[in-house]
Amino acid sequence: MSKIDLNTFNLLKETTGADFISELIDSFLEDAPNLITQMRSALANTDADSFRRAAHSMKSNAATFGAMELSALARELEIFGRDKNLKIGNRLDVMEESFHQTANQLKKLKA
Amino acid sequence: MTAIPEPAKLLVIDDNKVNRIVLSRSLEQQGHVVETAENGEEGLKKIRTQSFDLVLLDIEMPIMDGFQVLEACLNDVDLRQIPIIMTSAMEELDAVVKCVELGAEDYLTKPVNPILLRARINASLEKKRLRDEHRKLFRTFATKEVAEELLRTGFSLGGKNVTASVLFADIRAFTTIAESQEPSETIDLLNGYFSLMFDAINNNGGSVNQMVGDGLMAVFGAPLFIEEHRELAVRAALEMLDQLKVFNIQQAAQNKTQIHIGIGIASGNMIAGYTGTQSRAIYTCNGDTVNLASRIESHTKVALRPLLIDHNTRMGLSDSYHLEDLGPALFKGKQHPVNIFSVSR
Repeated sequence: MSKIDLNTFNLLKETTGADFISELIDSFLEDAPNLITQMRSALANTDADSFRRAAHSMKSNAATFGAMELSALARELEIFGRDKNLKIGNRLDVMEESFHQTANQLKKLKA
Repeated sequence: MTAIPEPAKLLVIDDNKVNRIVLSRSLEQQGHVVETAENGEEGLKKIRTQSFDLVLLDIEMPIMDGFQVLEACLNDVDLRQIPIIMTSAMEELDAVVKCVELGAEDYLTKPVNPILLRARINASLEKKRLRDEHRKLFRTFATKEVAEELLRTGFSLGGKNVTASVLFADIRAFTTIAESQEPSETIDLLNGYFSLMFDAINNNGGSVNQMVGDGLMAVFGAPLFIEEHRELAVRAALEMLDQLKVFNIQQAAQNKTQIHIGIGIASGNMIAGYTGTQSRAIYTCNGDTVNLASRIESHTKVALRPLLIDHNTRMGLSDSYHLEDLGPALFKGKQHPVNIFSVSR
């Protein structure tokens, strides 16, 4: 199943220019693992605010590319962080898995 | 007909790199020049040191968030007129509402829809252009201080008590001058004269708020209080007389009429505010001090000195002026005599 909403993705491509989209994908793929790392260490340090902020960025970036599932999962974690509740179960692992699948599809769309 | 929008200089403040790139790229595609900042602090620094037509501001940011940047801009007279569009996630609408209530121009939800982006940016730029024109127009018909005060607080009739200095200036024997030459020549003469006098007054922080025929009235220290209003008024008067000397030399060289003026200054409490009607009003000052300044100006004809001031004004002067104590003089409407001084370089 596609992780990317192609309508959103194509609109983005049109807006920023087709030649530019791969640069944009690269900066997302470069940045997202840092956000996941930030979320993991925030969990370890019980830093709800840092957790929330990283989840917020992930949510926002995923939505930009039309990665709706990833965005929704990140959004859920952002709410946990906002509520200062870091009992998130395996939700971060689920989100990370969704990110890897999203990343694979984005790499294909780049080509 | 849709006007082709002028390219504008925009600032995108967002801590998220992808957002920053998408926004700045989209805006560049629309023909604008775009600068970016990674957090509120960096953004505010850029707003203060460069000039932008519009700012796109993220709310959720580390170091200094969008609220803080917005408030800092709104509290700064010089930055207040830059339109700020908040950019936020859909779920942050509560925060957005708060920003719009505070004074943000508009908002956009992320991910930004390019058509909406274009429409909002162009609408905001157009509004800013109209406001700038408005401001320019205000400044033509009112002084800068009054224009800013009006733009800030809105217009309402009514006055408040202020401590300030009032200056009256009048051309000697103007009726004779006007009768002896063509009306167009008189208008030219007046325009040349007024523009020099306005410069001298504005250069010293004063504002002209009335012109009647060949006379003018200026205020120092209102609507914005200035501690040195008395000294500034006297300095302006001396500059006016200096300017007039040069003006007269030029007039003489062209075989044209020369002008002589009398200036009177009084300082103290007065009522300042807008008088008139809701549709036509001027910013002016009233009260005893204002009447006294006018009487002192008339007194220059009797005292045969071009610049006279009251005792109160004299008390605000440093030692660097050449003062001549003319003693007490009795003025119409005043129960007690007033000490008058003549000032020269």
